[in-house]
Amino acid sequence: MIIILTNNNDNLRADGRAFDELRPLKIEAGVLEKADGSAYLEIGGNKILAAVYGPRELHVRRIMRPDMAVIRCRYNMAPFSVGERKRPGPDRRSVEISKITADALRPAIFLERFPRSTIDVFIEILEAEGGTRCAGITAASVALADAGIPMKDLVVSCAAGKANGNVILDLSEEEDKEGEADVPIAIMPRSGEISLLQMDGHITPDEFDKALNLAIEGCKQISEAQKNAIKNRYGEENG
Amino acid sequence: MIFVEDKALVVPGDVLADEEYHTGRGTFKEDNNICSSLVGLVAIRDKKISVIPLQSKYIPKRGDVVIGEVTDIRFSMWNLDINSPYSGFLPASDVFGKEKRDLNKAFNVGDVLFLRVVDVDEVKKVKLGLKGRGLGKFRGGILIYITPTKVPRLIGKKGSMINMIKDETKCDIIVGQNGVVWVKGEPQMERVAEKVINMIEDQAHTSGLTDRVRNMLSELLGKEIEEVEEVPEPDVDE
Repeated sequence: MIIILTNNNDNLRADGRAFDELRPLKIEAGVLEKADGSAYLEIGGNKILAAVYGPRELHVRRIMRPDMAVIRCRYNMAPFSVGERKRPGPDRRSVEISKITADALRPAIFLERFPRSTIDVFIEILEAEGGTRCAGITAASVALADAGIPMKDLVVSCAAGKANGNVILDLSEEEDKEGEADVPIAIMPRSGEISLLQMDGHITPDEFDKALNLAIEGCKQISEAQKNAIKNRYGEENG
Repeated sequence: MIFVEDKALVVPGDVLADEEYHTGRGTFKEDNNICSSLVGLVAIRDKKISVIPLQSKYIPKRGDVVIGEVTDIRFSMWNLDINSPYSGFLPASDVFGKEKRDLNKAFNVGDVLFLRVVDVDEVKKVKLGLKGRGLGKFRGGILIYITPTKVPRLIGKKGSMINMIKDETKCDIIVGQNGVVWVKGEPQMERVAEKVINMIEDQAHTSGLTDRVRNMLSELLGKEIEEVEEVPEPDVDE
């Protein structure tokens, strides 16, 4: 028997997701032995490892702050994380993402508790499939919590955008490349404060509002997974 | 109004209670709500709500006793790593008085000392001292690092937990408030103590820990005794 699907409205995306549906998500906290805090995150085809060291002594006097800690981030893509081998080392893109990651996390952390010290965040992209900057921020904030660093909230990040004329949540690599626009955001879910908002591509103001609200809803879903990841780390031993 | 139970596991940003309650450690106030700033267990005492962290770094406090390792010798002081974001220093005058002597004759890089935090200033410079009973240099033994917030759990009520380990393993054990534990005894007993201390760190947030530690100790010690007995005795010729 042959079934012909004529009504494709529900399946408007290449991977069969609805417009407001996230890719399958998995977060695990405390995966690294030597780091003070760590997290492993998978969303769709992305595989990301985040490690946090600190607060620890800062020897670089130039960037030291006498009244608060500094946060240093390094976002790095493994050479094997993408289809065509990526030349190892920092490039223009990863330097930018390192900076925006630190900027997105900074407002959540009580940095003034640790003057003259540093908190180091390392994000390693093991496999990339679109939306790595958001996934990196999400993983980093779980790792920060795992390291016992005091924070106002768990920062969570997610992208929305426009592809094939539709406003959609959590763009895959294909949708990001072929699509019209990408709006990654990071929020602190309790207060709703936005700590990162970027946009590239072409989108109308109405569509932008729609994308922003969609991304906020996506963030809230991911936020629950973050909390569960942290609780699971200690939950097993409770039972 | 309170939104969580005593001893509940919370994460940063969780709303714990409204303004009827007071903010304790690990919490902060925002828009008339009290929120957690840490991953930890809720502790409610009267109207004060706090979160006991499951993971933390040691922040030096005046009067604490800590264990530190000499990392550097300067002109008139030693620098010490005290398992904290801030390193400590021990002035030479504290050891020699007014006398001028070679610093590395007293303590060398790598030596482990038991010290008291004499002062912490606004810029977190940690001044250490050796004046006090039992303070000084350790000879031999092993170091075990645990999370500083779990130190009270390791010591137990009035030292019940640590004394049990000391008695059972016949080791000398000293716990620094910075989460460094020094253990000295028979080598196999040091290993037993290390295993037990690591177990306490892993399970510090659970209840009924003392009983589990007692069981683990008797199990491990039973094994050790068997192992010792298995060593073949030299044949005695009649």
